[in-house]
Amino acid sequence: MPVLWIFLAVLGLGLIAYFAGRSRALGTAGGDTRQLHSLPSYYGWHGFMLTVVPALLVLAAWLLIAPSIIESRAASTIPDSAIAERGSRSLVMAEVRRAGEAIDMAVEQGKMDAGLAANLRADFTDVTARLKETGAIITSTVTQPVLRAAQEYRVMSKRSGLFMSVAVLGLAIVGFAFAVMRTHKDFRARNVVEQGIKVILILASTIAILTTVGIVLSMLFETGHFFDKYPWQSFFFGTTWAPDFRGNSELGMLPLLWGTLYISLVALLVAVPVGLFAAIYLSEYAGPKLRAVAKPMIEVLAGIPTIVYGLFALITVGPLVRDWIAQPIGLGNSTNSVMTAGVVMGIMLIPFVSSLSDDIINAVPQAMRDGSYGLGATQSETIKQVVLPAALPGIVGAILLAASRAIGETMIVVMGAGAAAAQMSDGLGAIINPFQAMTTVTVKIVSQLTGDTDFASPETLVAFALGLTLFVITLGLNVLALYIVRKYREQYE
Amino acid sequence: MNDMRPVERAVDTNEIKFDCKDCQVYYGEKHAIIDVDVKIEDKTVTAFIGPSGCGKSTFLRCLNRMNDTIDICRVEGQFLLDGEEIYDKRVDPVQLRAKVGMVFQRPNPFPKSIYDNIAYGPRIHGLAKNKAELDEIVEKSLRRGAIWDEVKDRLDAPGTGLSGGQQQRLCIARAVATEPEVLLMDEPCSALDPIATSQVEELIDELRENYSVVIVTHSMQQAARVSQKTAFFHLGNLVEFGETGQIFTNPKDPRTESYITGRIG
Repeated sequence: MPVLWIFLAVLGLGLIAYFAGRSRALGTAGGDTRQLHSLPSYYGWHGFMLTVVPALLVLAAWLLIAPSIIESRAASTIPDSAIAERGSRSLVMAEVRRAGEAIDMAVEQGKMDAGLAANLRADFTDVTARLKETGAIITSTVTQPVLRAAQEYRVMSKRSGLFMSVAVLGLAIVGFAFAVMRTHKDFRARNVVEQGIKVILILASTIAILTTVGIVLSMLFETGHFFDKYPWQSFFFGTTWAPDFRGNSELGMLPLLWGTLYISLVALLVAVPVGLFAAIYLSEYAGPKLRAVAKPMIEVLAGIPTIVYGLFALITVGPLVRDWIAQPIGLGNSTNSVMTAGVVMGIMLIPFVSSLSDDIINAVPQAMRDGSYGLGATQSETIKQVVLPAALPGIVGAILLAASRAIGETMIVVMGAGAAAAQMSDGLGAIINPFQAMTTVTVKIVSQLTGDTDFASPETLVAFALGLTLFVITLGLNVLALYIVRKYREQYE
Repeated sequence: MNDMRPVERAVDTNEIKFDCKDCQVYYGEKHAIIDVDVKIEDKTVTAFIGPSGCGKSTFLRCLNRMNDTIDICRVEGQFLLDGEEIYDKRVDPVQLRAKVGMVFQRPNPFPKSIYDNIAYGPRIHGLAKNKAELDEIVEKSLRRGAIWDEVKDRLDAPGTGLSGGQQQRLCIARAVATEPEVLLMDEPCSALDPIATSQVEELIDELRENYSVVIVTHSMQQAARVSQKTAFFHLGNLVEFGETGQIFTNPKDPRTESYITGRIG
């Protein structure tokens, strides 16, 4: 039974449970809603929740867990010699899956009958050719072990699907029956629904947290693989980035980290003053009409896709910087430069800084301003000495959030600053020249993972180590930002 | 408490600090202050009483042009401070507010240290030539605010960490630090408990020696306790203005009598 049908069946059952619970509750109360403990709809929702939620949870869990169990079972039938031939277990398993699907398609298209499909032997017939006829993607010859695993895979998937349908629908029916039996005029459906809603909310937040944990774990795992193959000292402290897929790569992250930090710094140097001053103007000086127009207009900047900013950097800012600044002072002649990417990224970040700072400045109590005006301070003195210090922790929080956004940016860097890592061996001058092409961690993660990749080589796995490093840096910045913002909140309470 | 009983007061005529005539204030369409005439004397505590929304705070805020910060507010009439019109174009409202200090309803210390809270005004107006002078001003102001003994050991602690009554006295000390000539107080005790209130009231009485104090209050007992002159506002009009003793014992206007006996308000 397809998952969609199971889902709809469960929902339908839930709907019936709603009306069943409602009418049963009303029935026991003799049709008088005042006799009921809760409003009739609560009895309905109680039935709906008990029917739908456990069933759908089991469905989701089954869909997540079953494939990996089936796969590991199927994989265990493959002898190690077959794996050694292809290189890795995952490659063989991909073939097994494809073969299994191909057999299913053949049966569906009538090219094979079910009995024959179940008894295929690769050593007697040319299975590969017959499966290719179905239009399935079969890349290499299907060997006997693969075929046997594929058969196992098919049988188990089918069985799993059946069990799942039975379990989910069964659970829905049990929930339905339990809910309706429990319903009575004195039953506290309102409280139960309240509890149920709490559980649903907890589940939602758990999913968000678990996803983060999952991302970290998957990165940790691959990073571990990388450090098995490449010494961590050379990664963290290496000053040369020279990946070579034929081996002997130098994968020092320092040049990339420097590029990231340098470009982010330039971006913040643009975004922080402009954003902050804009926020001060909007919140302290601008009239309500201007504010109503200007604030959304600044926020439009945040809605522009970064690739469009990238184009702006490549076509407009890059040549401008080269022709008017870099070449006249003789510091470089490339359209790709730290300056270009930094300035354009800074423009992108202006709304982050201005919008958050604006909210924070507005949150400073009017009593603070009145106190300052009452002592004979001017508006700018008040802003400089009372409003900004009071809002400072919050503003720092806004800047750090903008910084973590800058560190994670990729598209603008590729198009604005290029993809060549900083050459630390060329000396300090080359590194700090802002008109030099440079690149960042994120860009290199993309370039190490695109194209024909072999997930066993350090040149590819380094992407995960870079990603994890970046994640740790931005996480640290976010935690710092949250900590500062929280501290700020305590100040007036 | 027997505070409703007016005390014998030594009333000597002081020179007029504020001379206000035909004052009108509009909030947009609303006519909030209508034809108010009042003369506020130097070295005197003048209390503004009246029911909520009667315009007493609005009028108070006219005296140091705090209403300028409200866009829809419009002020007309004559407001003479020492014979000079404060709404004249030549008068800088910022300078005026240094001369006419203000203490607000809720204590509003800046989120800075106690020292910096007091030093804020003197620093802005350049009242101290050096650190030693500034220290002196801070100590003098805190003593005048009757809070020196409580905070002298922790001048670096944040002003927001003090109790409500201490914060309000800190705010009074902060207002005093700029050496104003008039001190406006907008319900300075409404957020305070009785003990803190009595401390602030004592302080107000001491401040009278040097300043002209104008206090808005909802508490008639407070007005009777601290003020020499009382003005009763009702619906934007100044109903009656005179000696505090006379207002509370022998009001001329029936509305004043109704208010102080608790029938309106």
